[in-house]
Amino acid sequence: MSQTELPTENAAALVEGVDVPTPAGRGSNLIRRSLRLGRTRVGLVLVGILVLIALFGPYLAPHAPDAFVGRPFSSPGGGAALGTDYLGQDVLSRFLHGGLDILILAIVSTAIGLVVGLAIGLIAAYSRNWLDEVLMRTMDVIMAFPQIMLALVAVTLVGPKNWVTITAIALTTAPRVARVARGAAQPVVERDFIGATEAMGMSKARIITGELLPNILGPMMVEASLRLTYSIAVIAALAFVGLANDPNAANWGTMISENQGALATQPWGALLPILAIALLTMGTGLIGDGIARTAAGIDRERGDE
Amino acid sequence: MKWLRGGGIWGFIVRRLLLGILVLFLVSVIVFAGTQALGDPARAILGRDATPDRLAALQAQLHLDQNVVGQYVQWLSGLLHGSFGTSLASQQPVSQLLGPRLVSSIVLVVISAVISIPLSIVIGSYAALHREKKFDTIVSNVMLGLASMPEFVTALLLVILFSTNIFHALPSISPVPPGHRAWEYPDELILPVATLVIAVTPYVSRIMRASMIEVLESDYVEMARLKGLSERTVLYRHALPNAIGPVFQVTAISLAYLAGGIVIIEYVFNYPGIGSALVDAVTNHDIPVVQALAVLIAGLYVVLNLLADVATILVTPRLRTRL
Repeated sequence: MSQTELPTENAAALVEGVDVPTPAGRGSNLIRRSLRLGRTRVGLVLVGILVLIALFGPYLAPHAPDAFVGRPFSSPGGGAALGTDYLGQDVLSRFLHGGLDILILAIVSTAIGLVVGLAIGLIAAYSRNWLDEVLMRTMDVIMAFPQIMLALVAVTLVGPKNWVTITAIALTTAPRVARVARGAAQPVVERDFIGATEAMGMSKARIITGELLPNILGPMMVEASLRLTYSIAVIAALAFVGLANDPNAANWGTMISENQGALATQPWGALLPILAIALLTMGTGLIGDGIARTAAGIDRERGDE
Repeated sequence: MKWLRGGGIWGFIVRRLLLGILVLFLVSVIVFAGTQALGDPARAILGRDATPDRLAALQAQLHLDQNVVGQYVQWLSGLLHGSFGTSLASQQPVSQLLGPRLVSSIVLVVISAVISIPLSIVIGSYAALHREKKFDTIVSNVMLGLASMPEFVTALLLVILFSTNIFHALPSISPVPPGHRAWEYPDELILPVATLVIAVTPYVSRIMRASMIEVLESDYVEMARLKGLSERTVLYRHALPNAIGPVFQVTAISLAYLAGGIVIIEYVFNYPGIGSALVDAVTNHDIPVVQALAVLIAGLYVVLNLLADVATILVTPRLRTRL
């Protein structure tokens, strides 16, 4: 709905559906400056470790992800350093194989959602007419569907294919991004230099990409890390309820539900992927917060971070 | 859009209501188009090896033999009369199936809200009063970490901590038996409620903190202090009532967000609410139930946002003049 009518826009960046005002700040050196904050560095280390595990894990795994190495739920020792899972497959190997799918799906779907949302938000902010209203009210309608619900329903109707998951998450990410982009771009549109470029006869597309976009990179980077955090959550959750592309493949979300029943006796099968997802999302959350604080220019919260 | 302005507070409420109804209507069109009009749900339900007569029977039950507009009108008028069709999995009326589950979910969300909102207001105000001190820093980091985790991961970590691996104090699942009410099993409610509280408190307390800082730095709080009022009076009479406005909006948005969040949390705890009903309906391809839940959850989101906007206007006098 249209919180845009209300000046309570100094609300949380972390909450779904709230417009975030513009912390001014340019893109490239913003990340460098944000690295001075401890939390950004911690976040970067966490994300770095988990991305490395996801990328290179498959090469380091001692067993194939679907090889049977012992009896189901046997404790660590013997051929399996961290024990076996519900079928007797090696927990460590499946863990090392299980991160890549989630990571790729999350990054691709978030990237598509960001680009589409950014385009819609910028066009809406720049047009300042009926097009703005129509675009943003359409975004409101899409936002009425919670991400996980839309993803679940889409997967039911079409089937658990990767492109369905990607489309569902991109579609639900875009309106949230569009709102933030529009909110950030609106004050920029009012400024004199935009009028000057118009007077120079620059094309609308050039103004939007060359003049508006660079001025909202700060909030958009915050939004990107936030949306990535949510996308990882939804994709892992889909796998957790048994709707991954390949239900037998090694996947952190799938592993949790497969081995959850044995938490008390052989915890590693579920614990390892639970911790991995927790730390990965914490990492992206910390990075986002670090960039937000830096973009706001003050190392304290004023609600607009 | 000039006609969208004016009319004072009632004009605003009427406009928001009309907009809300429009959004709800569009939501129903999308749900219907997404689930029924595209493709053949009867075939999706029965699978590839369905016999022609079973297919025809199901198509008749779903009114698929009529044209699309006719199907939609029939479905929508059913919705408006509180009849959501018949569940394909259990052959019960959908409303009868979802009624008790809706109550269970509302119980869960209301208890969580009743705990997390005062908690957030206290944490947020305390952090604002002791800005940059130890409490503030620790709380802000912990909250940030908790807020980033997916709800089902939070839920599972709580299960590991309190019911399977470290302590064995609480039940790890909450399967309220049919015919019983959720509040008859308070110990089974603790972990689901705790998960929801952890999911919401970071957002709301963050807003409360930011809003409180803004108010504490304002001229009228400065003035109140200069008048020699006690810090307690300044805080409770002048700062708090002014700082609380944004909390309404964020609370409503958080609740609306919970409408989606409970889906996975209920599934984790096997709690018989509308969230686990959605997961069940999805795995059973029970289209009428999926449709009903999609409209219900999206409708909840629209209504809560509407209430948030109206509540914010009502508690923030300076906004009214801008209408």
